[in-house]
Amino acid sequence: MMNEGSELSVTIAQIVQRLKGTHLHSQLEKQAKECLHRPEIRLESIKEDVRKFLRATGWERKLQNAVYRELHILPPSGHPEAPLEHTKEPLAYMRKAQASWEKRILKSLNSMCTELGVPLARKRPVLEQKELTSKWNEMGADEPDLSKFRPVYAPKDFLEVLINLKNPNHDHSDGLTARSHWGLIPISLSVRDVPQLREAYPELSLSCSQLGIDDHAHVPPDLFESEHIRIGKKVVDEQDSAAAQQYSRQGSPTGLRAQLWALILNITNDPEDVAHYEQLKAAVIHHDLLVDNLIYKDVKLTASNDDYYFVFEDVLYQVLLCFSRDTAVLEHFSYNSATPPKSYIQGKTGEEEFAVVYPPNGVIPFHGFSMYVAPLCFLYNEPCKLYSVFREMYVRYFFRLHSISSSPSGIVSLCLQFERLLQIHLPQLFFHLQEIMAQPLRIAFKWMVRAFSGYLSTDQLLLLWDRILGYDSLELVAVLAAAVFAFRAENLMEVTSLASAEAVLADLSTLKVMPLLQIFLFANVI
Amino acid sequence: MSKTGNHIKADSNHREGRSCVRYKCSLMNTVLDVLHQRPGWVEVKEDGEWDFNWCDVGWLRENFDHSYMEEHVRICHFRNHYELTRKNLMVKNLKRYRKTVEREAGRLEAVKCDFFPLTFVLPSEYHLFVEDFKRSPGSTWIMKPVARSQGKGIFLFRKLKDIMEWKKVKICSSNTDCTRSDEQRDEAQVESYVVQSYIENPYLIHGRKFDLRVYILVTSYLPLKAWLYRDGFARFSNTRFSLRTIDDQYVHLTNVAVQKTAPVYNPEKGCKWQMQQLRRYLTAKHGTYVVEELFKDIDNIFIRSLQSVQKVIINDKHCFELYGYDILLDQDLKPWLIEVNASPSLTASNQDDYEMKYSLIEDTLHIVDMEGRLTGKEKRVGGFDLMWNDGPVFRENAGLETLGSPFQTANTHLGGVNDRKKQLRQLLKPFPGQKKV
Repeated sequence: MMNEGSELSVTIAQIVQRLKGTHLHSQLEKQAKECLHRPEIRLESIKEDVRKFLRATGWERKLQNAVYRELHILPPSGHPEAPLEHTKEPLAYMRKAQASWEKRILKSLNSMCTELGVPLARKRPVLEQKELTSKWNEMGADEPDLSKFRPVYAPKDFLEVLINLKNPNHDHSDGLTARSHWGLIPISLSVRDVPQLREAYPELSLSCSQLGIDDHAHVPPDLFESEHIRIGKKVVDEQDSAAAQQYSRQGSPTGLRAQLWALILNITNDPEDVAHYEQLKAAVIHHDLLVDNLIYKDVKLTASNDDYYFVFEDVLYQVLLCFSRDTAVLEHFSYNSATPPKSYIQGKTGEEEFAVVYPPNGVIPFHGFSMYVAPLCFLYNEPCKLYSVFREMYVRYFFRLHSISSSPSGIVSLCLQFERLLQIHLPQLFFHLQEIMAQPLRIAFKWMVRAFSGYLSTDQLLLLWDRILGYDSLELVAVLAAAVFAFRAENLMEVTSLASAEAVLADLSTLKVMPLLQIFLFANVI
Repeated sequence: MSKTGNHIKADSNHREGRSCVRYKCSLMNTVLDVLHQRPGWVEVKEDGEWDFNWCDVGWLRENFDHSYMEEHVRICHFRNHYELTRKNLMVKNLKRYRKTVEREAGRLEAVKCDFFPLTFVLPSEYHLFVEDFKRSPGSTWIMKPVARSQGKGIFLFRKLKDIMEWKKVKICSSNTDCTRSDEQRDEAQVESYVVQSYIENPYLIHGRKFDLRVYILVTSYLPLKAWLYRDGFARFSNTRFSLRTIDDQYVHLTNVAVQKTAPVYNPEKGCKWQMQQLRRYLTAKHGTYVVEELFKDIDNIFIRSLQSVQKVIINDKHCFELYGYDILLDQDLKPWLIEVNASPSLTASNQDDYEMKYSLIEDTLHIVDMEGRLTGKEKRVGGFDLMWNDGPVFRENAGLETLGSPFQTANTHLGGVNDRKKQLRQLLKPFPGQKKV
């Protein structure tokens, strides 16, 4: 086993390797060269002086932010002999389940392709390209016939897969017990309980002020809000990624959120990012992909029908179509338990040299996928920046919500955690709902897969996502789901069917997220 | 005249509250629901005597002058509200007001009155319009009939020849036709148009144009007492904004009525954002300070527009009026006054809209206070904040520290949190005859 010291040097080497050749790297070199002319740089202490200069001009901070970002997306370290699949998902049965799920999705996509006679990809004729270029900012104005396209899968299909996970090491020979048939998720993973959550999320405690609670209309702003905003401005001025992340745990003020999130995600909007986006846009113009229709359909069905997000329809197309073609997203498969789907040139199935990743970014959108982007449109206007923020949020968090893995932020853990929290703290409610065939997870699953996007009102959703970024974890999504059930427990105890349970929980738009989380974690007697 | 609005004069004619209020209502929408459900209020039909009348402007025109109203009686319009709501009269009043301000307070102050786009009344000011038209070639103008609503009769143009045809038709028709009824002829003769400089750079949200609908309640013009409702909405045009298609009225007009007939309108969508949502969006985009300045500028529009008709409107203690203001933002975040409606639509387009309008009307009735539950010193009733009370009203309570301080904030919360139920519970005594819940 590697000791900590050598593990650290491996990490450092990895990060250095990744940062080599980036725009930041060349900028740093340029700055270092140019500063040699400055009077304060002396030959005897050149290394120290250059370092001091870079620190004073904010370049060290930029490097720090870049390193910090790399740490976020570092693939898990494993045994040097272990293959990548084993490192990113150590549990064999999870790997198998993910692989068979992927097969199913791809099969579904391919059969749609054959049925409809639509190719997976085709080059657009020049006239069509011209048309699309002129309509780039108003793609939503079209009403193409999408009736024959179906989403490849919906969250509930995915839930069925999770329910059928089987851990071969789990001995069922002791027969049916209350434990083995409590919830829907039939496997065990280590999930945190309330005492552990209290330790992990101290900034949400009753004694700690935060936005979403202490900025309420009746609370005088001098008590917390004004000072918090002042600190937020400082954090933005300092351009410190780590500080922004820590700050976000107590919520981001509306006027600073866009900048803070960009800082946490290290979105620098360099010329290379802009160029990359333009390249993606060009790729959209040149080629039409089958998944584009799925994207159109999804946006039309979800975001366009939303009372607030309908305004963003056009920009959603821009972001998602570019996203599908972005091969940079493939990098995240080094730590995502999933594997990008492959498609084979006609007639050459199975021959690796004729395999292409399809779609180019390896992500097949499902029903509701566009809701990952919609709330971000609220914060970012320029498509390039919006795109970068979304992509980073996807490769850090959202991918975990629709792939099978043992990660503590993965959807499987979230489901398990949700069920456990209810079972332990609201056993009567859980039992009652089970009795009436209204398993709580069946209702809460769709919220969690979307990280509550489209279910909460936008301002509340953004407060939740502040904390996801702040704590670098999706765990609060599961906690919130449990807290919602706790909040409506009285009404739920009276219902007698799944339909009426769904009705009680149909409208979450009036919920206030932070008080719910706070009460659930810190005010309940355990 | 007291200038610090917090020193509110006690109402010298303190009305007795009525436990039973007889009302008439010409509308068949949310208003009727609110009136039906108000404890102690009974509807009277036809010629019965009434204490309260939510009438339409037609009724007002025909009956107001012949009705004797006892002191306690209330009616929902001012006799000559059209001084504010008819586009040609509003323009005339605003222009005159601006001149007065410039004369009395100088140019810098007068500039604060520049919130309405350059407007000319036709046909009387046709020549003035042509002069200005020639000075800015290629710019777009919008033609609006003076008295019609819901976007009817409005069109855009860039060339004078586009309105030549129209000019012939309109001016001819007003001179002929004895076969029409008196009323119709009346309408045709007085129907003028206004031509207005079209705002070519509206603030767009992802390519879509929108305007703001804000509700202002005026309970008196002399002295001026006006309330601003916290809720309101942004109405979006269903299609993307582009100057290329000035014929597509669906693009340019954001009235819900027009949007409803547009080919891609989805009735369930409603194309509206609540004011809170818009305010948050703008704050996220531009920061708190910029948005606060914007909303201060919007407050300025309300106050000055009301001041401009203050001396013209026939003040009557029986009258109150709920106005719907339409405001447009341009890309520099400057607000423009498009028009004022004396009968804003109170028909709801969906459940949320219904609840908002219901609350709006309910709070209006609370302020009219037939039941005599208010002291008259309130700065807030439900979702309404007292914006002007013979002088600006400030959030901070007057005291030695605040006297003369520049750090007083206006008592307006447009797009702010509207926790009206809670506030009303604390504010109001139960209805006469009702126990406190």
